[in-house]
Amino acid sequence: MERYGLTIAVGIVVGVLARICMLRSDYRHFPGYPHGYVTHISLGFIAASLGAVAVPALVEKEFTAVTFLALAAQQFREIRNMERETLTQLEENELVPRGKDLIEGIARVFESRNYLVIASSLQASFITYFFDVKLAVVSSAVLIWIFMRYLATGHVVGDIADVVPSKPYFGYAGFKTLLMIDEVVIMEVGLEEARKKILKEGLGVIIKPKDDNARATLHKVGQRQAILHTVASLVGTKREVGELEWSPIARKNIDTGEIALFIVPNEPDMEALIQAVKLTPVLESARTTPLESRPGKMAAD
Amino acid sequence: MSEVSSIGDILAVIVLEEAKSKVAGGAPIFIVWDREEQEKLALLLSRILKAMAHDLENGVFILTRH
Repeated sequence: MERYGLTIAVGIVVGVLARICMLRSDYRHFPGYPHGYVTHISLGFIAASLGAVAVPALVEKEFTAVTFLALAAQQFREIRNMERETLTQLEENELVPRGKDLIEGIARVFESRNYLVIASSLQASFITYFFDVKLAVVSSAVLIWIFMRYLATGHVVGDIADVVPSKPYFGYAGFKTLLMIDEVVIMEVGLEEARKKILKEGLGVIIKPKDDNARATLHKVGQRQAILHTVASLVGTKREVGELEWSPIARKNIDTGEIALFIVPNEPDMEALIQAVKLTPVLESARTTPLESRPGKMAAD
Repeated sequence: MSEVSSIGDILAVIVLEEAKSKVAGGAPIFIVWDREEQEKLALLLSRILKAMAHDLENGVFILTRH
């Protein structure tokens, strides 16, 4: 019985630790507030308990106990819904929305991190029971490191595309009010004052996909919206309620697949803008790999 | 915020006196004497209506939401 106590305790501690390690708070990670932490660490605790008790249950030949892992799966789908709902509610009042794809991406991350917690507490209690605590500590440390290094991080736009500076200008095919970046029409700006301000303070970058997979990913509107949201939260935007002239916009060059991004930032710092674009996560829902297929390869050359 | 109009609707048209024969129907039409007044009115209306002013470059401005 004592053996079980230790097994379960180690499992829970490792699981909760894993959840804390994966609870990074950065700009795109929304529980930046204490309540968010409490919620997620508590749920992490539940996940850890589920993982930790699985081994003693199996040793006792209580095979039906495993069924409540199914309950856990149900529980964590609930987390995903909770995240999605919260973010969708907040979306209404965002001047530069996250977009459905980014919300879905964030929600999915929260769900999957709880599965990682179960996995780490399961292995910790397994090793504690069949080997010993010291070995469990070492293996858990390695596992958590692997999770954080490989599973809890994804690709970023910087991996799939080059970002080069550009400048917004007006005039295309005789229309002097069309805002352009490179060869891409961004929007039509009617007010003279607004055009002057955009020329003075606006910034533009071109996001050049490195291959056809990247091109297909950047083609997704949700991915572009995620880039805009990230950029607007990092370098700031002058976008205001009712003032649409300063909206950040990303449009595709239909011939080359490059994305032209326009923004009127708070600080006109090109280097910061490029960095911000590069560290936007590549969304799972937007990630596409046409080059893996035969028609995709044929179309590429 | 209650949005009465839907996205893409033309909320108002501001037209120069000499170009007024180019517009009719649908949206409220404001007729102005010169370019300067047109710009001013476009700015005011865009802020009042929370809409964006677009210059059609033929003496006509429209206001619309995106």
